[in-house]
Amino acid sequence: MIQAILVFNNHGKPRLVRFYQRFPEEIQQQIVRETFHLVLKRDDNICNFLEGGSLIGGSDYKLIYRHYATLYFVFCVDSSESELGILDLIQVFVETLDKCFENVCELDLIFHMDKVHYILQEVVMGGMVLETNMNEIVAQMEAQNRLEKSEGGLSAAPARAVSAVKNMNLPEIPRNINIGDLNIKVPNLSQFV
Amino acid sequence: MPAVSKGDGMRGLAVFISDIRNCKSKEAEIKRINKELANIRSKFKGDKALDGYSKKKYVCKLLFIFLLGHDIDFGHMEAVNLLSSNKYTEKQIGYLFISVLVNSNSELIRLINNAIKNDLASRNPTFMCLALHCIANVGSREMGEAFAADIPRILVAGDSMDSVKQSAALCLLRLYKASPDLVPMGEWTARVVHLLNDQHMGVVTAAVSLITCLCKKNPDDFKTCISLAVSRLSRIVSSASTDLQDYTYYFVPAPWLSVKLLRLLQCYPPPEDAAVKGRLVESLETVLNKAQEPPKSKKVQHSNAKNAILFETISLIIHYDSEPNLLVRACNQLGQFLQHRETNLRYLALESMCTLASSEFSHEAVKTHIDTVINALKTERDVSVRQRAADLLYAMCDRSNAKQIVSEMLRYLETADYAIREEIVLKVAILAEKYAVDYSWYVDTILNLIRIAGDYVSEEVWYRVLQIVTNRDDVQGYAAKTVFEALQAPACHENMVKVGGYILGEFGNLIAGDPRSSPPVQFSLLHSKFHLCSVATRALLLSTYIKFINLFPETKATIQGVLRAGSQLRNADVELQQRAVEYLTLSSVASTDVLATVLEEMPPFPERESSILAKLKRKKGPGAASALDDGRRDASSSDINGAVEPTPSTVSTPSPSADLLGLRAAPPPAAAPAPASAGNLLVDVFSDGPAAQPSLGPTPEEAFLSELEPPAPESPMALLADPAPAADPGPEDIGPPVPEADELLNKFVCKNNGVLFENQLLQIGVKSEFRQNLGRMYLFYGNKTSVQFQNFLPTVVHPGDLQTQLAVQTKRVAAQVDGGAQVQQVLNIECLRDFLTPPLLSVRFRYGGAPQSLTLKLPVTINKFFQPTEMAAQDFFQRWKQLSLPLQEAQKIFKANHPMDAEVTKAKLLGFGSALLDNVDPNPENFVGAGIIQTKALQVGCLLRLEPNAQAQMYRLTLRTSKESVSRHLCELLAQQF
Repeated sequence: MIQAILVFNNHGKPRLVRFYQRFPEEIQQQIVRETFHLVLKRDDNICNFLEGGSLIGGSDYKLIYRHYATLYFVFCVDSSESELGILDLIQVFVETLDKCFENVCELDLIFHMDKVHYILQEVVMGGMVLETNMNEIVAQMEAQNRLEKSEGGLSAAPARAVSAVKNMNLPEIPRNINIGDLNIKVPNLSQFV
Repeated sequence: MPAVSKGDGMRGLAVFISDIRNCKSKEAEIKRINKELANIRSKFKGDKALDGYSKKKYVCKLLFIFLLGHDIDFGHMEAVNLLSSNKYTEKQIGYLFISVLVNSNSELIRLINNAIKNDLASRNPTFMCLALHCIANVGSREMGEAFAADIPRILVAGDSMDSVKQSAALCLLRLYKASPDLVPMGEWTARVVHLLNDQHMGVVTAAVSLITCLCKKNPDDFKTCISLAVSRLSRIVSSASTDLQDYTYYFVPAPWLSVKLLRLLQCYPPPEDAAVKGRLVESLETVLNKAQEPPKSKKVQHSNAKNAILFETISLIIHYDSEPNLLVRACNQLGQFLQHRETNLRYLALESMCTLASSEFSHEAVKTHIDTVINALKTERDVSVRQRAADLLYAMCDRSNAKQIVSEMLRYLETADYAIREEIVLKVAILAEKYAVDYSWYVDTILNLIRIAGDYVSEEVWYRVLQIVTNRDDVQGYAAKTVFEALQAPACHENMVKVGGYILGEFGNLIAGDPRSSPPVQFSLLHSKFHLCSVATRALLLSTYIKFINLFPETKATIQGVLRAGSQLRNADVELQQRAVEYLTLSSVASTDVLATVLEEMPPFPERESSILAKLKRKKGPGAASALDDGRRDASSSDINGAVEPTPSTVSTPSPSADLLGLRAAPPPAAAPAPASAGNLLVDVFSDGPAAQPSLGPTPEEAFLSELEPPAPESPMALLADPAPAADPGPEDIGPPVPEADELLNKFVCKNNGVLFENQLLQIGVKSEFRQNLGRMYLFYGNKTSVQFQNFLPTVVHPGDLQTQLAVQTKRVAAQVDGGAQVQQVLNIECLRDFLTPPLLSVRFRYGGAPQSLTLKLPVTINKFFQPTEMAAQDFFQRWKQLSLPLQEAQKIFKANHPMDAEVTKAKLLGFGSALLDNVDPNPENFVGAGIIQTKALQVGCLLRLEPNAQAQMYRLTLRTSKESVSRHLCELLAQQF
């Protein structure tokens, strides 16, 4: 089982942190830091496996990591996982990110944290490998994207208008103040077209 | 078009993130975050209801803030509200927030569960998947209770979409891992197995993961998966690289699924059906053959995927350990990898070879790679790899190559990374002891260890060398000479001074004949180190000095001078001061005879498990420490994982400690309970003094215990040689046990002393002490009347075949017990092998002419022979996993009969005999223990876990031991205690 998936940059700034075993928030942060220090001091062309830090459970757990440009992708796994299998899984995850974001870079992970989580969710679920077929994962993401567009695009406009009206203070309607409110939404809408 | 739309995200979120990134300092960042948190808080608290979009935006901001390492203590309610939105994106972010930041707030959990329930029932596959993901990611018990029963239904429903099945399988797996009791087995299990035939590879992968976990507990329910897994595997490995289309990864067909299938097969013994087995062997051979083919791609991903399958195949071959041909091929393959340019492969090859070394078929084959491994130890740049190399050297060591391996490890130690030095020291110490052919080599090795890495030589190591030198008189002279030489070095490690001081104090006389090491020379050499040493070492040296006075009367004046010096007699340290004063007085007032008695040479140490081995086991997983012991079934290594029976082969392949000390030939004083824990060495110098003579007769508790302690060889403890009591009445001669016998027995499961039985005539008290497989019990029979009991005859009876399991020697007691008097009976007990029923104690006497008889169960239960074992969490779990055969586990769920008090429970568990391990169970309410049942024939490692449920007033007790009957019996015994 995968205990945790940590992505941080060369300076140790966390970019994606996902724990599948409960740790208090405080400890989660410490684990990220500890893992960063363990991985950072390793040369680039030595092996990709090392024993887990003391916080995450020591030598019963392995850290399996890959370093891509500015980012480290670290999976912390127990002995039931194949080391090379996980190494390839990291590659699948990164290649999928790359397909979804078209030339993914660190900034994508920062500004689209939610999307990154959704992609990860298609690959790993509750610490277990869910899907390894990249095309399937990308297809899922495209489907989500279509759903999002349909919800956020024109078809959603009526719903938004309704919610805007609902939120209006009824007695104020006659004064037509809310026209301005509606106008604000228009530029938002135009960009979806 | 990218699959993720970048442009239409939430603008406010992007602005916020940019702000954070533009912050020049940590303080500015915190300020900006606090401002945002205040803003969000006010928005959430404000009276204006937020629309879904805003909620989504704010929740997303909170997630980002959390990622930066700030605690988020609000927003959960808003996230829960999003769950019930009918918009996918809002629902999705709600679920994400909940999975990343769950809070065990019960009110919220109820709401979350409600939302999940609705989504599961929605028949909308996307929503169902979101809900299943959430359950799997949170995996809490509450969720398990709410949904564990529904998910199997979703999993096997004919109309579930593939993606839902996939998620349901993993969701169920997660719940099962978290709380196995909540997942009911049922008719769905058979249908799960058939998912292995599913068209959709993703579904198969998820199903294999699920079955792999479930079948460990219920192997028979899932047995049919073997043939299905084999045929699936065989189809994959024989398919062309294009057959599986999307599941082909860099020209390797379905690598993850293959790996998972191979893992699943490792849960079972080799298939019984010859056709299935043939097909499997063929597949394994195909994988091995493919490894020799030229790669289809230069990409590292290709070789990774291919080798992932290969390593898993090798693991399966090692697991079966029955196909010598495949084992040797596996070993050769790993041998190739040992020299591969990919560091990852070298690492994994070293790791796999460690397990291979423990197979008798391949041990020799592994040994042929010794030079490569030694080279790896010397030249690898990566400490992870060097560590694996050291592990492998340790695992492949046997008598034939011990000298080479030990010397290489010693050489490595000089440059080894600090992080692994202590471990290497322990390994060298163990190997040197285990495979010593001559003890001078052993002594040299340990002294070298101290010289090279003195700081990393723990107490266990140097205690051990002292024990061995003390017990082997053929090495004492050599040891004295060697330490004397070692101490000549101008700067020698303090541990060397300790060892030197102790050995010269005991055996300095053996080299005193040589003028170069005459007594005054020895003394001044030691004393030249004195002032540089710590208090503990100086205390030890003072003891050495007083021993010198006895060994070499000519040094008396000098030493008395030293003791008399103000720096000793008025030393600020109480221990030193006391020693100086006492030793000085002793040397002045005692006659030579008294001195000689008090300061006599230490008696041999009783044998026990090497404390070094125990330490290494604590430090490392069993994979490293006991690969050898477990795998090659070394007879006397008391490993918790193995019920190890001595075999005649131990004669030719001597095993660790016992043999080295030659105690096999001369049985140790049997009941000597060996308290001379190495920590007491200093104290023990005096433990033979006249003051410590055992007192006789019924004694207060303290004296009772101390009497058992000093291993005084002259006391009549030769249990084994004791003649059997003249007439043991057969079981037919005695009546059935009194009705309350079982209840009385239960009182003594967790304690050793107390009143066993009482009626208006007689009181029977018990005091007992157990060490390893030996025990001594004192029974006190008190006559409560004023009339003499006549023909008083207590006897111990072994019902059934207990005779072969437990030896109890009794001494006769006086046939009359006066009114108001008490007689004492000593029982020496030896546990030969595990037993289920306790012996019976029959007491017969005449009271006022009327014959009285009484039969009780003697409070000797198997748990008395527990030796507690401390281990770290990771060791515990590893062992726990190793004992995963269904019969090795016994479990009981029962109602609490006593108030559930954690302290009381702790005391009971300790009384039960196992060690209590803190910080092992993730739930601090639970108790986890470990120990070894010591019997003469075998040792049974036991792990236990007690989970109290205060609400339900229930307990769940799980025992895992290497022996089925022991698991069940211990479980029954212990379950009655709460």
